[in-house]
Amino acid sequence: MTEKKYPHHKVTGPDGAEFVVTPMEDYYCQERPQVQKSSNAVIEKFYNWARANSLWIVGFGTGCGAIEMRPLRTPRFDAYRYGVNWRATPRQSNLFIISGYLSVKTLKRVIRVYEQMQSPKYVLGLGSCTINGGMYWDSYNTIKRLDHYIPVDAYIPGCMPRPEALLDGFEELKKIIIAGEANGANLYAENFDWYKANQKKIIKNWDMPDYSW
Amino acid sequence: MKTLLTNLKKRHDITASKLQRNNELFVTVPNNQAVSLVTYLRDHEGFSHLVILSAVDWLEEEVFQLTYLLNNPELKQDIGVRTLVDRNEPVMESIHHLWEHSATYQRELFEMFGISFPTSPRMEEPFILEGWDGPPPYRRDFDTLKYAEETYFPRPGRTTNDVAAYMKEKLYPEDDND
Amino acid sequence: MNFDPMKIPWSLLGLVIVFTIGMFIRGIVPKITARAGMRIGIRFYQPWIDLIKHFSIQTSITHGVMFYLGPVFRLTGGVSMILFMPLIYGSWYFSNFAFAGDMVLFLYMMFFGTLGMALGAGESGHPYSAIGVSRGLAQVTVAEIPLVLALLSVAAQHNTLSITEIVAAQQGGISHWTMVTNPVATMAGMLALLGSMMNSPFNVVLAPQEIPVGPPTEYHGTFLGIMNTNRSIFPVAKVVFFMNIFFGGATNWGILILKSFIIYMWPVFVGLVFPRFRVDQSIRWFLKVPMLLGILAVALI
Repeated sequence: MTEKKYPHHKVTGPDGAEFVVTPMEDYYCQERPQVQKSSNAVIEKFYNWARANSLWIVGFGTGCGAIEMRPLRTPRFDAYRYGVNWRATPRQSNLFIISGYLSVKTLKRVIRVYEQMQSPKYVLGLGSCTINGGMYWDSYNTIKRLDHYIPVDAYIPGCMPRPEALLDGFEELKKIIIAGEANGANLYAENFDWYKANQKKIIKNWDMPDYSW
Repeated sequence: MKTLLTNLKKRHDITASKLQRNNELFVTVPNNQAVSLVTYLRDHEGFSHLVILSAVDWLEEEVFQLTYLLNNPELKQDIGVRTLVDRNEPVMESIHHLWEHSATYQRELFEMFGISFPTSPRMEEPFILEGWDGPPPYRRDFDTLKYAEETYFPRPGRTTNDVAAYMKEKLYPEDDND
Repeated sequence: MNFDPMKIPWSLLGLVIVFTIGMFIRGIVPKITARAGMRIGIRFYQPWIDLIKHFSIQTSITHGVMFYLGPVFRLTGGVSMILFMPLIYGSWYFSNFAFAGDMVLFLYMMFFGTLGMALGAGESGHPYSAIGVSRGLAQVTVAEIPLVLALLSVAAQHNTLSITEIVAAQQGGISHWTMVTNPVATMAGMLALLGSMMNSPFNVVLAPQEIPVGPPTEYHGTFLGIMNTNRSIFPVAKVVFFMNIFFGGATNWGILILKSFIIYMWPVFVGLVFPRFRVDQSIRWFLKVPMLLGILAVALI
C-alpha cells in the first residue's frame, strides 16, 4: 500500500493571483515542543493543586475500556464531585485516558490528540492492554507498551478495571500531580526524537506533521 | 428447504450440502458457479439480504473457503453458499453489483486474506490496517506472535500460567491426588 | 451624565462582588441539578479551582487577531453591563455609571459578547465552532424579540429609558413593582430570559452531546479562563438587569443577592424539567407565546 501524500494544489486568491499551497508546510506548524519550566516554586505548587482537583478528560474512548468511564458520570459513582469532568475537545482537557487496547490505527489518532492537548497534560493507562498487551499479547495490530509512544503518568491494571478502580486511579494521579512528579509533557519534549522514532516504527504511513500543534 | 435443495441441484453442480437447522442450509459449489447461484437465489428465491461474506483459510488443502451467507426475510431462512478458491492464486468474482455493501466485505477479505476481487470498488484502499506492509495477517502461515514481538516492544517479565494448574495451586494447595 | 472619577474604585468593587456572587451561584447551581439527578454534586468551590486551572495551563495556539479578541469582547460585554448598571438603588457608591438612556445600552451589550464570540470562534476555523455560533446567534436574536417588546412596554409605562428612574418608580412595596403593574411584560421578559441563560430547553448552542462544546471548541488555557470569568459575570448582570426592570431593584446587597438568586433559579428549574429544544424548535417557540405576550404588553400600555 502506498503512502498517501497531501497533494500540492493551486489556489486562486480573491484578486486573481494564483499561488501553490503545500498543506504540510503551509497549514501546519513545524516547530518542536519545548520544555516548560516554572519560575516560581510556590506558584507552581498552588497551580498543581488546582490542576489536580480539576481533571478534565478528553472524551476519546480508544478501546473497550471506554465503557467503564460512562458509569462514572451516573449517580452511582458521580466522578464530577472530585472535579473529574469530560470535555469533547482536546484543547480544554488535561487528562487523556487510554482506555484499553490500542490498535495502530487508533494510536495514530491518539498521538494527534495528545499533541493537541495543552501542557501540563497527563495520561492514564487503563487496563492491562496498555501495560504489556494484556489479552492481545500476540496480536498483529495492537501495541504492547503505551509508554514507548506517549509518556504515561499512571496505570490502572485489570481487564477491565471496575469504575471504582478508575476512581482510585484518579486519586493516585492527584497525589502524583500535587507532588509535582507528573511532567509527562516535558518528558515528551525532552525525548521527542525517541518517541517519534518509536511511533514511526509502528505507523508505516506517516502522513501527518511531526508535531500537531 | 429440502425442495429448495432439490431445485438447486437441478441447476447447479452442488458438490456438498448440509441442512444445519430446519431453516438453515449450507451448499458447496464450484468456484465458477458461486456467483450465478447467489444471483439466482437473490432474484428468484427471495434471499434478498447478504448477511456476511467471510473466508476460512484451509492451509493444508491450499484453499480459501468463501461463504456467502444469504437471508430470506420473508420465510426467515438462511442459506450459506460455500466455494473454494485456490490459495496460490486467490482471485474471485466480485458481487458488488448484487449488493453494494459487499464491496466492504471484499475490501476486508483482500486486506486480511489477500483474496482479490477484480472490479470491486476501492478494494485496494486500506480498510483497518493503515500502512500495513506485511503479509495478509489472517493467513494461517503468518506468525502473529513473532510479528508482534518483533514490532511492538514486548515488556520483559510477562509470564503465562496454565489456568487449571494455577487455580489448583492457589485454591487447593494440599489436594495433590486428583 | 456627569462623570465622577471617585466612582471608578467603587464600580470595580461592585464588579468584584458581582463576580464573587456569580462564582458561588455557578457552584451552587450544578449542586442543585446534581441533587435533582440523585447525585452528590460538585464541591461548591469547584468553579474557582477550574478557573485557576485554566489560567495555569499553557496557552500556545493562536488563529489570528480575532481569535484573541473573541473572549475579550465577551468579557467586555459582561463587565460593561455591570459598569453601567445601577446595582443598589439610592446608593451613590454602587449606582455605577448609570445614565439616562442606559436601557438601550444593555440591549446592545447583551448582544455584544455573542457577536465577539462569533468573530473569534469563526476565526478558529473549527466547524463545530461555526455551527455553535450560528445556532447561538439565531437563538439569542430571536430571544431578544420578546425582551425588546417587554422593555418597550415598561419604558412606555414609566415614560423613561433610564433604569434608575424605572427602579425609582417601583419603590414602596411589592404593589409598585412592574411584576404587578405590568404583568404581561414581565411574563414576556422572563420567557425571553430563558433563551439567553444557556439552560436546558435552550442550551443546544453548547450541547456537548450534539456538537462537541460548541463555539469555544478551540479555546483553551487563558482564553477559556477569560470566558469562564465572563460566564460568572454576564448571567448575574442579566439577572440584576431583570431585577431592576421587573422586580423593584434592590436597596442593599442582601436584597440584591436574594432576588438575583431567585431569578437565576427560574431558568435552572425550567431547565431541570424540560428537555432540550433543537434550534429551529426554540426559534418557533420564541416567535409564538413570548412574542405574542410582548406584543400584547406593548398594546396594553
